[in-house]
Amino acid sequence: MVQATKDFFIAWLSIFKGGPKYYLWLAFLACLMGVGVYAYIGQAEHGLIMTAMRDQVSWGFYISNFTFLVGVAAAAVLLVIPAYVHNHQPIKKIVLFGELMAITAIIMCILFIMTDLGQPLRVWHILPPPIGMMHWPTSLLAWDVLVLNGYFILNVIIAFYVMYKYAHGEHYEMKSFIGFLIYLSIPAAISIHTVTAFLYNAAFSRPFWSASILAPRFIASALCSGPALMLLVFQVLRKVTDVEIEDKAIFRVATLITYAMAVNLFFLLAEVFGSFYPGTAESVNIHYLFFGIDGQTNLVKYIWTAMACNVTAFVLILNPKTREKFATLNVALVLMIVGIYLEKGMGLVIPGFTPDVLGEIYQYTPTATELLVSLGVWATGAMIYTFLVKFAIPIHTGKLRFASGEHAVTAKRAVIDDVTSEKV
Amino acid sequence: MKKTKDERRALKVNRRTLLKGTLAAAAATMLPLNRADASFSDFWESFFQKHFREMTEAEKEKVVARLEKEYEEKYKIAIKVGIEPAMPGVLFGYGLDLSRCIGCRTCEYACVAENNQSIDPQIHWIQVLRFKKEDPKFPDFEHAEKYYNAALAPQPGYFYMPIQCQQCENPACTRACPTQATWKEPDGIVTIDYNWCIGCRYCMAACPYGARHFNWGEPHRAPQDINPNTHYLGNRPRYRGVVEKCTFCIQRSRKGRYTACVEACPVGARKFGNLLDPNSEIRYMIANKRVFRLKEDLNTSPKFFYFFDFGGTR
Repeated sequence: MVQATKDFFIAWLSIFKGGPKYYLWLAFLACLMGVGVYAYIGQAEHGLIMTAMRDQVSWGFYISNFTFLVGVAAAAVLLVIPAYVHNHQPIKKIVLFGELMAITAIIMCILFIMTDLGQPLRVWHILPPPIGMMHWPTSLLAWDVLVLNGYFILNVIIAFYVMYKYAHGEHYEMKSFIGFLIYLSIPAAISIHTVTAFLYNAAFSRPFWSASILAPRFIASALCSGPALMLLVFQVLRKVTDVEIEDKAIFRVATLITYAMAVNLFFLLAEVFGSFYPGTAESVNIHYLFFGIDGQTNLVKYIWTAMACNVTAFVLILNPKTREKFATLNVALVLMIVGIYLEKGMGLVIPGFTPDVLGEIYQYTPTATELLVSLGVWATGAMIYTFLVKFAIPIHTGKLRFASGEHAVTAKRAVIDDVTSEKV
Repeated sequence: MKKTKDERRALKVNRRTLLKGTLAAAAATMLPLNRADASFSDFWESFFQKHFREMTEAEKEKVVARLEKEYEEKYKIAIKVGIEPAMPGVLFGYGLDLSRCIGCRTCEYACVAENNQSIDPQIHWIQVLRFKKEDPKFPDFEHAEKYYNAALAPQPGYFYMPIQCQQCENPACTRACPTQATWKEPDGIVTIDYNWCIGCRYCMAACPYGARHFNWGEPHRAPQDINPNTHYLGNRPRYRGVVEKCTFCIQRSRKGRYTACVEACPVGARKFGNLLDPNSEIRYMIANKRVFRLKEDLNTSPKFFYFFDFGGTR
């Protein structure tokens, strides 16, 4: 155990290993994080009045980002199922990087919630007794705390156990306890996005969120945007590191995204029809979202951009010719991420509040503080993912292997030598 | 051997103390610098203050003493923080006569004078909506006007509808709260512990009546405008980053007084009383007037009744 702990810290040394480009990337992220911290200090000093949120629209850009990122975290399941359940070898080789992205996304989710709280120092009140007064099982927010943390812990255990095994030149058994945890991570991934959708469903005073298709559509859209983000990141990884990612793996995931997008668009049609056609008082929010009311149209641009992105992306990824060519595939992936980011963020949270429960239209547009704090959180996420990947790559490629006794010392020296040599 | 209840409680307290230490170490690095005026031990006490319903009477009194000291330091006037519990056999209910209301907003400002809301940024617990009488879209909130000029009211062709916390028997907000910082008291008043609220605003998303208001910035109110007679669960000065709402003037009603809005209404449109008392005015009104409650289909069961009366002022 002591040895394993030592090895663990030795392995972390590889995050210092990198050329000038790597350090430039870290410096760039650090700058963005600095900007975010600066903006957050302003918010901490003056309060959430620095945001554009008000009583009418009491959740805004932070919760929008949170909702999108829950989807990214859940999307690791699209790699986990083919890798472990179907034993698809090319994907099995890269599933680790998907799990690391899920870990990162959950940390970002928690950061977005923290930036949104009016009293962040009191966050411990949400813990179960005897520390806090968690309102479980009644409050859906309490459920969200449970499932998000559960999924986070699950992925940390799985990813680091698998890496531990690799680092010692061993393999893990799916029939062991870790195999059980891996299977458990599949429903856990579904649960985090389901509970997040139920969080909106549960606010029954907002008819825009009460569609029962909300949770299924959350999952469908998450299985588009999350893997799309992963595929883009994987292409960067295989360019800038020595990780081998086969085209086969990428195209297989792209095929799966195509199914997800088809389902997502179908669910969207079902939702829009069900909300629009009756034309009752409850249609007013979706009407505001798509067309505006009495010349007040600040959400219209977001939703139609999202629609255009999603449909174009679907056409590009549906056709095998454009799907299996990286230039067009990547366009489709980027469009998909933008489309779902707009639709699951500004297009879901804000119209729930506009018009508000007393019919008032408050046109919400995020302030500079909100944009910069969010940028900071995204940069933090990118930094965390960079470090996690940097930690994982030597283990994944087999460059870093621990054995017992003297070999461990050799490994340690090798890593340290590596670090010093590359820095110079 | 089985532990007695007291022993278990002692153990729980110890565990809590231990956790306090760990958390405090983490929190110390995040201390806001502008708290330098309050002494560190007071900050410590305030940071680890228990949920109001978890406190013993002695603990409540200690907390109230600290709060009174804190407020005196901040506002330079003596503020009394009451902790009167609900009276037995009382369930508060409210009535509002729409045919009498003239939209003058006197209630709205009386509420602000009584309940110590922030003046800047402005927080009002009562919102009065103006509806056009001939509007074919009535009763559609989207066509109501909240920002009409009250000095001109009542205008012909319009009617007015004040909305505040409906004090639901089945409140959506208390179910939403992840920390149990808001709950329904035995006398039916939905209250908030401003020292337990984390400011997540899920209750505001849940409330169908727009009755909950958030302190987006530091609440500002001139000391001479502060009402020094307060209640812990009601009109004591609030903090930045917490939610607040109408409490049927808990500091008055629990002493058998009318709420400020009832007293202020110049046309007697507002009624208040004990729903459990068959001889109360509110019970008479429910039995004899054309009564409705807002958004009844949501099953929140408000204890706030709107009614129409023939032969009203207009």
